Amino acid sequence: MGSILSGAEAAALVRALPGVDAVGLEARAAGLATRSVKQESKARAIDLAISMIDLTTLEGADTPGKVRSLAAKAVRPDGDAPSTAAVCVYPSMVATAAEALEGTGVKVASVATGFPAGQVPLDVRLADTEAAVRAGADEIDMVINRGAFLSGDLERVFHEIAAVKAASGDARLKVILETGELVTYDDVRRASWLAMHAGADFIKTSTGKVGVNATLPVTLLMMQAVRDFRAATGVQVGVKPAGGIRGTKDAIKYLVCVNETLGDDWLTNEWFRFGASSLLNDLLMQRQKLKTGHYSGPDYVTVD
Amino acid sequence: MSDRLRVKKTYKLYVGGKFPRSESGRSYPVSGPDGTELANAALASRKDARDAVAAARKAQRPWAGQTAYLRGQILYRAAEMLEGRAGQFAEELADATGAEPGQALSTVESAIDRLVHYAGWTDKYASVLGGANPVAGPYFNHTKPEPLGVVAVVAPQDDPLLGLVEAVAPAIAAGNTVVVLASEAKPLPALSFGEVLATSDLPGGVVNLLSGKVAEVAPHLAAHADVNGLDLGGVADADLAAGLEAAAAETLKVVRRPGKAGSPLDLLRQWTEYKTVWHPAGMAAAAGGAY
Repeated sequence: MGSILSGAEAAALVRALPGVDAVGLEARAAGLATRSVKQESKARAIDLAISMIDLTTLEGADTPGKVRSLAAKAVRPDGDAPSTAAVCVYPSMVATAAEALEGTGVKVASVATGFPAGQVPLDVRLADTEAAVRAGADEIDMVINRGAFLSGDLERVFHEIAAVKAASGDARLKVILETGELVTYDDVRRASWLAMHAGADFIKTSTGKVGVNATLPVTLLMMQAVRDFRAATGVQVGVKPAGGIRGTKDAIKYLVCVNETLGDDWLTNEWFRFGASSLLNDLLMQRQKLKTGHYSGPDYVTVD
Repeated sequence: MSDRLRVKKTYKLYVGGKFPRSESGRSYPVSGPDGTELANAALASRKDARDAVAAARKAQRPWAGQTAYLRGQILYRAAEMLEGRAGQFAEELADATGAEPGQALSTVESAIDRLVHYAGWTDKYASVLGGANPVAGPYFNHTKPEPLGVVAVVAPQDDPLLGLVEAVAPAIAAGNTVVVLASEAKPLPALSFGEVLATSDLPGGVVNLLSGKVAEVAPHLAAHADVNGLDLGGVADADLAAGLEAAAAETLKVVRRPGKAGSPLDLLRQWTEYKTVWHPAGMAAAAGGAY
């Protein structure tokens, strides 16, 4: 859906947001991270987490063969484990992924808009998006213009997101805030609201290409923004932490935060995703551990 | 006369190059043969074993990728460090086993010599165990011993230092990394040996030392799918040893049964597997090369 606000209205709303209580936020995240999830609950959490993964490969060295093998793994990760939510690739690999995933229910997500820096002219970013959608992408992961955001030009960021949303057509739009470059919690809150007002279907933490990726406090802050946004506008927006989530323990901490902050409505891969690659193998090894009773190892999962 | 209190050492685990306490927070009292309490040692848990295997796995590829020469240098460096602290180890060994001081010192010296021995083997065993095979065709055919990966060692119960060195040195000389469960009743010399390794340029995680109950921790190591070899040299209970071997079979581990160890070369062979490659002789043969 398009926004009902003008850029100036959205920017004014976002500028008026209250500051973030950093100490309280971090304490809340740390508190939620101490929950112990065991046995049947853990087994369900692992399968839920697997079903929420956007299995990602974003390397210069990606080949069609690698994308096809990743797609095969996404459809059937291991034995009776559920499929992942999507495969996330660069635009040039979308056609390959779409062909490999046709009819499987696993979505094709494509990063676009000059990922990861986004430092290319707007018409190139829009063309990038349109090309990905034409090639068969179900979901578009765009990056915001951090240069404009950090220099205070919120209206420009708003208009660019709205333009990419229009260019995405029916594809769902995930807006990457790149929180590691926004640095402060206040800016993460502002960027979250700005993206949601501009029409984001998902807000996503990071590209995975900078030093600081998804952290629990930042993701919790974005969850709070999403919750408050639905309360204010009635529109539900998804959340996707990405980058640096490698272990089952970490994934379960995020799920606990979703449950406590957003509730059941978001505990599905329709509204919550993990952007990850190595996380899947760790989840599969933990899954094997629960089934066999002994620790598994990397020799028992596929190498990708 | 000074009334200064002696600073006592806290005996901790050695995992991933660090000296952590047990994640369980548990410890157990360690006594000498005459019943005097020597110290408290960390009582390792299943999760400590898991962490140690993870550390060993992380360290294994880089360690195996080092040149054989460097692995030898590092083992030799460990011998140097042990030599410098021979007195302390002789004392700890005498306290732990009740051996006479002179005998304890000579045991420490044997441990030092054993390290030097395996330091020499690192760049030689591959030629002895592998080599070029004669084949009837225009191919080079080579067999090369490669490390198994991660080896879990239950160290001998009554020979807490020398026995441990004799079990660990061949495994790491061949490029494996190890998780060692030290002698249950006499773990202190082994835990001090961790300090020697930590100052020998040995990368963290190549040797991981745990102290605790064999019957509690060893089954998790035996069943762990990311462990490739299992040394049962220090398992005294025959039923336990049989159970561990059965668990190890589930994940296709190489197992060394309790009992007398073989020659150094046997031990190097125990913790290696063999890769044979065929390579077309190609241009070398066409050019009338000497092969």
